[in-house]
Amino acid sequence: MKTFLEEVNEKINGVPIQRCYHCRKCTAGCPMAVAMEHNPNRVVKMIQMEKREEVLASGTIWLCVSCETCITRCPNEVDIARMMDVLRQMAIETGVGAKEKNILKFHEAFLANIRMGGRINEPTMMVHYKLKSGDLFSDMAMGIDMFRKGKLSLVSPRTKDMKSVRRIFEKTRQS
Amino acid sequence: MKVSYYPGCSLHGTAKEYDQSVRSVSHALGIELEEIEDWSCCGATSAHSTNFKLSIALPVRNLIAAEKKAQDVMIPCAACFNRFKTAEHHLGQDPELKAEVEEIVGGRYQGSVAIRNPIDIIVRDIGLEALAAKVVKRLAGLKPVSYYGCLLLRPPDVCRFDDAENPVLLDRILAVLGAEVRPWSFKTDCCGGSLTISKTEIVVRMVDKLMEMAREAGANCLVTACPVCMANLDMRSSGDAGLPVFYFTELAALAMGQEGPEGWFRLHRTDPRPLLKGLQLL
Repeated sequence: MKTFLEEVNEKINGVPIQRCYHCRKCTAGCPMAVAMEHNPNRVVKMIQMEKREEVLASGTIWLCVSCETCITRCPNEVDIARMMDVLRQMAIETGVGAKEKNILKFHEAFLANIRMGGRINEPTMMVHYKLKSGDLFSDMAMGIDMFRKGKLSLVSPRTKDMKSVRRIFEKTRQS
Repeated sequence: MKVSYYPGCSLHGTAKEYDQSVRSVSHALGIELEEIEDWSCCGATSAHSTNFKLSIALPVRNLIAAEKKAQDVMIPCAACFNRFKTAEHHLGQDPELKAEVEEIVGGRYQGSVAIRNPIDIIVRDIGLEALAAKVVKRLAGLKPVSYYGCLLLRPPDVCRFDDAENPVLLDRILAVLGAEVRPWSFKTDCCGGSLTISKTEIVVRMVDKLMEMAREAGANCLVTACPVCMANLDMRSSGDAGLPVFYFTELAALAMGQEGPEGWFRLHRTDPRPLLKGLQLL
């Protein structure tokens, strides 16, 4: 059986994360480190220490906002942002789910919206997210304001060839 | 010059003033836009956070459509631009992945068209002198800080059109328009991106800090080239802390005397019109 480290490296398919020499530039520049239970450098260490469950069940991997500051500054080209994507996907695939449930629910509502019309229709996507998350009333005034100004419309143009969009979703469906 | 145009979803919705101002500025500068036929969403953060192959295949569907015309692709949205560049980067490096994604999408990807941001096109193809020649109303008294955010520039290996830590092209465009650009150290700090919906409280803190630093730099507005940055900066600052925020193309259109800017400014949450009227720019 593969170790956690081997599995993560294989999925990153680039520079192996053990090339990290723990200078912590990733963490110093991370805008989300302040909100994370384990900072980005610590996640690298935890993977090397085989802490699979703790990493995949952490909120950290969902809070990473993919600003890519870490990979931009890493002296060893360890792609921490890509590592976070890999960890999120492993958490979904292994059924661990997301500790930050609403972040995943947002992503699901967003992708469901593309699958439906090929392009995002912001109001229907937001309604879908709100129903999924139960967070019904936040930003209501802002939404109404945007409707009034004509920034939001329920009938934005959609992709015509939906067969080709659905094909992509079918063929990339994760088991 | 003629380019293929990928507006992306935001520019047909909450960022319609970006779409309209890009079209206006392009027209004035002699850039002809041909919208990519029947385009679809790039997948944005949600695809790459949850499904790698989906996140590559979605932009590639559009790139294949764009490749029917041998011309550069202009993508104003920083997030779409980043996803397209990332897909191009991965497929250029990994032939196995390329074959797999081509099978997923059902078409051949040649890698034959350049993916470009309007900032890059205006500076490198049109040129700042040609832009300066079109300015009829210098933006005197406007003191912007330019805010690039994350996705136009990072990772540098992928984006490649301006310095990743201290980008300057947007500052140069604004200076040519006659604005008094303020230097600051937060050009490429993150606004919180898509967490604005699911983790609003974190994004409010990030935006408040950017606003505070912009004020400290002596700015009276911020300028961006990203619909997500615009949405967060314009709508997430707490209380009355927010300065007006502009798409750079709105200011370019204003300085070039194009029609439309006042209507676009009306769509902003933090109304920039009092500032502009005070400076006699409206």
